[in-house]
Amino acid sequence: MASKLGLIIKREYLAKVRNRSFIVMTILSPLLMVGMIVLIAYLAKVNDEETRVVTVLNESSFFQNDFNPSKNISFVHLEDLSLEQAKDSTTALEYYGLLHIPPAPTVEQVANAAYLYTKDNPNTSVTQELEDIFQSQLRQNRLQKLGVSFEQFSSVEKPFEINLSTFDGEKSMKGINEIKAFIGGGFGYAIMMFIIIYGGFVMRSVIEEKTSRIIEVIISSVKPFQLMLGKIIGNSLAGITQFSIWIISASLLMFIVVLIFGVDLAALSADTSGVTPGAMGVSQLGAMDSEMMMYAKEIYDIPWGLLIISFFIYFVLGYLIYSSIYAAIGAAVDNETDTQQFIFPIILPLMLAIYVGFFSVFSNPHGPIAVGFSLFPLTSPIVMLMRLPGGIGEGGVPVWQFLLSIFLLIVTFLGIVSLAAKIYRTGILMYGKKPTYKELIKWLRY
Amino acid sequence: MDHILVAENVTKTYGDYTALSNISLQIPKNCIYGLLGPNGAGKTSFIRIINQITHQDSGEILLNGEPLAPKHIASIGYLPEERGLYKSMKVGEQALYLAQLKGLSKSEAKTRLTYWFDRLNIGDWWDKKIQELSKGMAQKIQFIVTVLHEPKLLIFDEPFSGFDPINANIIKDEILQLKENGTSIIFSTHRMESVEELCEHIALIHKSEKILDGKLSDIKKAYKNNIFNVGLYVEKDVSAMMRSLKEKFNILSSEVDSDENQLNFKVQLPSHQTGDILMELSKGANINRFEETIPSANDIFIQTVNNKDNGQ
Repeated sequence: MASKLGLIIKREYLAKVRNRSFIVMTILSPLLMVGMIVLIAYLAKVNDEETRVVTVLNESSFFQNDFNPSKNISFVHLEDLSLEQAKDSTTALEYYGLLHIPPAPTVEQVANAAYLYTKDNPNTSVTQELEDIFQSQLRQNRLQKLGVSFEQFSSVEKPFEINLSTFDGEKSMKGINEIKAFIGGGFGYAIMMFIIIYGGFVMRSVIEEKTSRIIEVIISSVKPFQLMLGKIIGNSLAGITQFSIWIISASLLMFIVVLIFGVDLAALSADTSGVTPGAMGVSQLGAMDSEMMMYAKEIYDIPWGLLIISFFIYFVLGYLIYSSIYAAIGAAVDNETDTQQFIFPIILPLMLAIYVGFFSVFSNPHGPIAVGFSLFPLTSPIVMLMRLPGGIGEGGVPVWQFLLSIFLLIVTFLGIVSLAAKIYRTGILMYGKKPTYKELIKWLRY
Repeated sequence: MDHILVAENVTKTYGDYTALSNISLQIPKNCIYGLLGPNGAGKTSFIRIINQITHQDSGEILLNGEPLAPKHIASIGYLPEERGLYKSMKVGEQALYLAQLKGLSKSEAKTRLTYWFDRLNIGDWWDKKIQELSKGMAQKIQFIVTVLHEPKLLIFDEPFSGFDPINANIIKDEILQLKENGTSIIFSTHRMESVEELCEHIALIHKSEKILDGKLSDIKKAYKNNIFNVGLYVEKDVSAMMRSLKEKFNILSSEVDSDENQLNFKVQLPSHQTGDILMELSKGANINRFEETIPSANDIFIQTVNNKDNGQ
């Protein structure tokens, strides 16, 4: 009996792996993936390098030395031109815009009368930068009126961040929950995609056996349950093969691309992490470095071993549950178009898991909703993985919750697979009609 | 007689629907057994139970005297009515897979497949994909896969559907050869001409019940009703002859050809006694045909089913 299961697994695996579209997808996906990353890196670079030129017609006595070139904008100072002439020359030179600062006695009046002329609606980063320049001059001016010196003000305006610590004294970090949940979310998302794609494979393979009418020949040799199980295992092995090829070849390709084209990946990561430190002053650069170190340490401290093992456990259990449902659906219908009404209810809990994960696990990994969904078997493979980067035990997922969720998954798997097998057994021999949910329930009793 | 398969009071229901009710059958060894019945009668349900695809709700089935068990799968070969093959798989690979599922080793399966492929002249199909073959070609492969593991009991459900007459004949000869070699065969169909040709025993299932079974020749004897087909050459007045016969005998139908002086009619005699009528006929005519009509399987089938439906 075991050898028959082996035969079925082997056939299903080979049928999938030799399939032309499978081969094409396996080869193309890493290329597409790397292509996307290269494209994004390239676009980010291009975006960075585009500097807009704004001409400045300053007729006032203020703001003489304030328009210094920045990453986004460089300034061309115009002199001795009328406003109309300035406009004309700006358009003629195809510069981004013209900043006109009219003469007036006070800085407030000057600022209020200033105009930015552009061809279309201006980019917000440009207006923001210009506004900042005005803002800082205005602030200094107001402070002077109040008799506060710039130095005094600077000492007052130091940004403040609250110190964070866990109860056992480790310094904890703002945003680290989000980073952890994001990493867990990546794993959870991978599980969802895997379930949907390879569950679909199982379903199509069942439908193929039905429509080609080979099913009755096969189940006169093996039990329907064996066939279903062989199909599920064979397809998941094909999926694992594809995944491994992707990961290996994508990393190889990445390596080659970095070597050959010298795409500056560091620039990418610096950009994303640069968002937070940008708000800090130069004096805090040293502190920022040590904070970056701590983030790196936190990420390094994420229990990767546990995550990968759990990924495997939750993936296997989740996939077994969902793909048996997919197999039952494939057995119930005659062609793929009829599957829609049955597929939506399966995808629903998966989507829910992803959204609940991103919205509630991010902000509170151990709150009641996160706990509930990480125990509920249809969502736990995804939600639990989002919680797990915090570790198991103190400060992380309580051990009992981890074990309970696995236990519930196993129980659910046994329940679902026996129900699915009943629908499968009856469905594979039914031709020509699209069953209703009512009929499916009836099949459970045959 | 020794039986390959005995079914006792087999009942199967699907929800409210009864597929088989109290079916009892004895299928003798080494014979071709016709399992007949209209569509939806329960033939396929019964065959699926023998193949252990489904299980009876009650009753017992013995194969070679033993209660049906999973190990018997290897001694049964089944060609279902709804049959097909994996479209994108190569012929040889597929046949090997199906043979191995029936418990043959790979090398054994390969040897036998080569033999059968040569026998049916399809040796060069090994590397073709099923989608490149015609329906009839695919049917040949299905036939081979069904008989390859040399089962003691073969079950053919409408084996000739999808074959052209030439290939149907080849398959028919193969079936007869298998029977010669000692295989017992259950043959399910509603094509009665092939029943006449092949079956020694039949069972008729209608609306989930067995309404008739036995040796085909015995059944035919039982269904004979002393009807004779007669052809006469009458020299003188054909119509007068007809009239006088009608007075004395139960003429069912007649046909008079005055130009050729030919008279044909069907007569039912009160018992199996032909002396009276022969004496009468020989007086005024030359008899050129006098034969008893033996009901065809088709007649029996229709008559029995109709009787059952009319509550007789």
